[in-house]
Amino acid sequence: MRSIRQISAVTWLNIRNVPQRLGSSMVAVIGVAAVVLVFAAVLSMAKGFERTMVAAGADDAAIVMRSGSTSEMNSGLSHEQMLIVANAPGVMKDGDTPIASAELYVIIDIKKKSNNQDANVPLRGVQPAAFQVRDNVELIEGRMFEPGKNEFIVGHAAQQEFVGLDVGSVIRFGQTDWSVVGVFSANGSVSESELWTDVRVLQSAYRRGNSYQSVRVKLDDKDDLAALEKVLTDDPRIDPDVLSEREYYSSQAEGLSQFIRIVGYPLTILMAIGAVFGALNSMYSSVSARGKEIATLRALGFGPFPVMVSTVVESTLLALAGGLIGGAVAYLIFNGFRVSTLNGASFSQVVFDFAVTGDLLVQGIIAALIIGVVGGFFPAIRAARMPVAQALREL
Amino acid sequence: MKYFGFIWKNAWRKKVRTSLTILSVLVAFLLYSLLSAIGYAFRVGADVADAERLVVLDKVSLINPLPVSYRNKIAATPGVESVTHASWFGGYYQDPRNQMAQFPTEPREYFEMYPELKIPPEQLDAWARNRAGIVVGEELAQRFGWKVGDRIPLQATIWTKKDGGRTWDFDLEGIFSTDDPRGNTAYMLFNYDYFEEARAFGQGTVGWYILRIASGANPVEVANAIDAQFANSPNETETSTEQAFAESFSKQFGNIALIVTLILGAVFFTLLLVSGNTMAQSVRERISELAVLKTLGFRDQSVLGIVLSESILIMLIGGLLGLGIGWLLVQGLSQNLGAFLPGIFLSPQAALGALALMVLAGIAAGIFPALKAMRLSIVDALARG
Repeated sequence: MRSIRQISAVTWLNIRNVPQRLGSSMVAVIGVAAVVLVFAAVLSMAKGFERTMVAAGADDAAIVMRSGSTSEMNSGLSHEQMLIVANAPGVMKDGDTPIASAELYVIIDIKKKSNNQDANVPLRGVQPAAFQVRDNVELIEGRMFEPGKNEFIVGHAAQQEFVGLDVGSVIRFGQTDWSVVGVFSANGSVSESELWTDVRVLQSAYRRGNSYQSVRVKLDDKDDLAALEKVLTDDPRIDPDVLSEREYYSSQAEGLSQFIRIVGYPLTILMAIGAVFGALNSMYSSVSARGKEIATLRALGFGPFPVMVSTVVESTLLALAGGLIGGAVAYLIFNGFRVSTLNGASFSQVVFDFAVTGDLLVQGIIAALIIGVVGGFFPAIRAARMPVAQALREL
Repeated sequence: MKYFGFIWKNAWRKKVRTSLTILSVLVAFLLYSLLSAIGYAFRVGADVADAERLVVLDKVSLINPLPVSYRNKIAATPGVESVTHASWFGGYYQDPRNQMAQFPTEPREYFEMYPELKIPPEQLDAWARNRAGIVVGEELAQRFGWKVGDRIPLQATIWTKKDGGRTWDFDLEGIFSTDDPRGNTAYMLFNYDYFEEARAFGQGTVGWYILRIASGANPVEVANAIDAQFANSPNETETSTEQAFAESFSKQFGNIALIVTLILGAVFFTLLLVSGNTMAQSVRERISELAVLKTLGFRDQSVLGIVLSESILIMLIGGLLGLGIGWLLVQGLSQNLGAFLPGIFLSPQAALGALALMVLAGIAAGIFPALKAMRLSIVDALARG
């Protein structure tokens, strides 16, 4: 009991005196803040990217591609194969029509607003059922493209990120002029990075004959996926890969988000080591600045343990403050920060917002606390071992 | 220089403090070297690109193929010395994660077009003779432990064969390398003839053309002449120098450079604070000594120089150590992981930049304590001591 009272007395005394050592304390605080800031900023990129990709994927929608394609752009399906998929069991029907959209996925060079350089913007040709398969797609401006006409509707994110995609603009590519007639949103998903048009028109513009790259179908139930896969795999006329949309998009997200993590975590660990050195420095100077105070306390009968604890607590609190500041700054600057980058998996641009999520902030604060405890521990031992008589003589 | 011993002794007066400061400087410059090496990879070889090589792509999108018939027209364009072509195969080895670049092309023409690539002449001959032959870059050969004579099956993601199969079998006939440490050799080349004959669709097309301009020819004029020939055809072209293409492609990654810069900014800001604080502290503790120096007749500038040199010295020790470790790490990474992270390279410019930053950071951290030391009034300082 007595030792707890001692600990709290010494710690409280110590903390009240922090403002007198503001300079070196601030160094520790800012050092830790920088670590948490960098950590949250880098990892929020991976989080935001994944969120965008996952938002596109429903469990009750399936995507069928030629087997081994790894991405829509590589795939190819004939008209006949498309019909087999659309009429397979398990595909939901609207009256007599199956809810299936055969699609083409190509890229078109459009300049990015941020640097005025050509970027691989994804361009998707869809059938009318596309809007039933993806029920989160909603027209927010203008009108739908008319079948058979050279008209686009553009994703909300694409419109903001790339040049010349406002409703009413005309884009010339190849021999033809295309008009932007509408803007759609899709719940923040990767679809919003795309331009959509009638698949028939795109087939002729990209000279794809009567072929498609993927068929998206709505399932009666998400458990029908395995059955659909079995039926199609057994059919000798088609050699398919059948994935739920969710599986497909998480496989598309894997490469880039892994890359960010492979770079991000070691980076944070290195920075954290740097911050530990900074914290150690600050705490050693704090201990030497408090030399007289500590010696006096010891002379009055306070034990070495409370002195040690007070130093560790001081350093941990400073680190916590740093962590909170770093996390807050990261949130204010980076949360919602919009970028577009090339996703290697689909070889096309994905527009996404950085997401500084709660669990990132928690991880950041935990890192800060670890830095604080480690940074305070060794100076605390020195404080506890300080010879009383000698320290008092230095007065 | 004559004060070096004195500065050295001063720097190590508080061993723990100086060591910790050096360690944090070390970490900062280690991060600097790693980040700039990764940033370099995102430049996609723009620095190694040859200004006399042009690439001809489809104007609408580089995924669209060009007709084989363009070859003779391009070759006949004034200012064009030689031309070859390549295509995107997009296969993987064993696991879809092992994706790498493979280009069907013309064996001899390709190596003439890229003189920086080295391959033993007998291997090149063997490859040119064997339709199903393939040559692989050193980095890939290392990664998979391949050697000449191996049989390599690749799974096609795009190009099914006429017989409906997706597995393309190749005989490894050669391994090519480059002397340029910045160069990337994580790709494979195989015979276009074999590709053209065996693929199920797409006959009569190639992915893109690569050409070398005659010496003295103007690349812009040649590019315009080529594009003008194909204007208003179903396949309009866009011709640019290899360098311009690599640079514009690297921009596709977007704000990566900005993010790297922000991180470096945060690191250096922290670093400056830590070392600035250390310097301020050590000057504070030494006020009476500095006053003694002045009493002995040291000029104000000398005192300023001594304090500033100490700060720069600490930065240089930590910075050079960090840069050295970073360099070793990047060497190791590019040798062992070159196939995963192609093109990571610590450029001499980045190393020089680091050196400049060390000196600047040393000055920034030491200048205020140094000025304070210079302006000391002897009487006050001695009285305080």
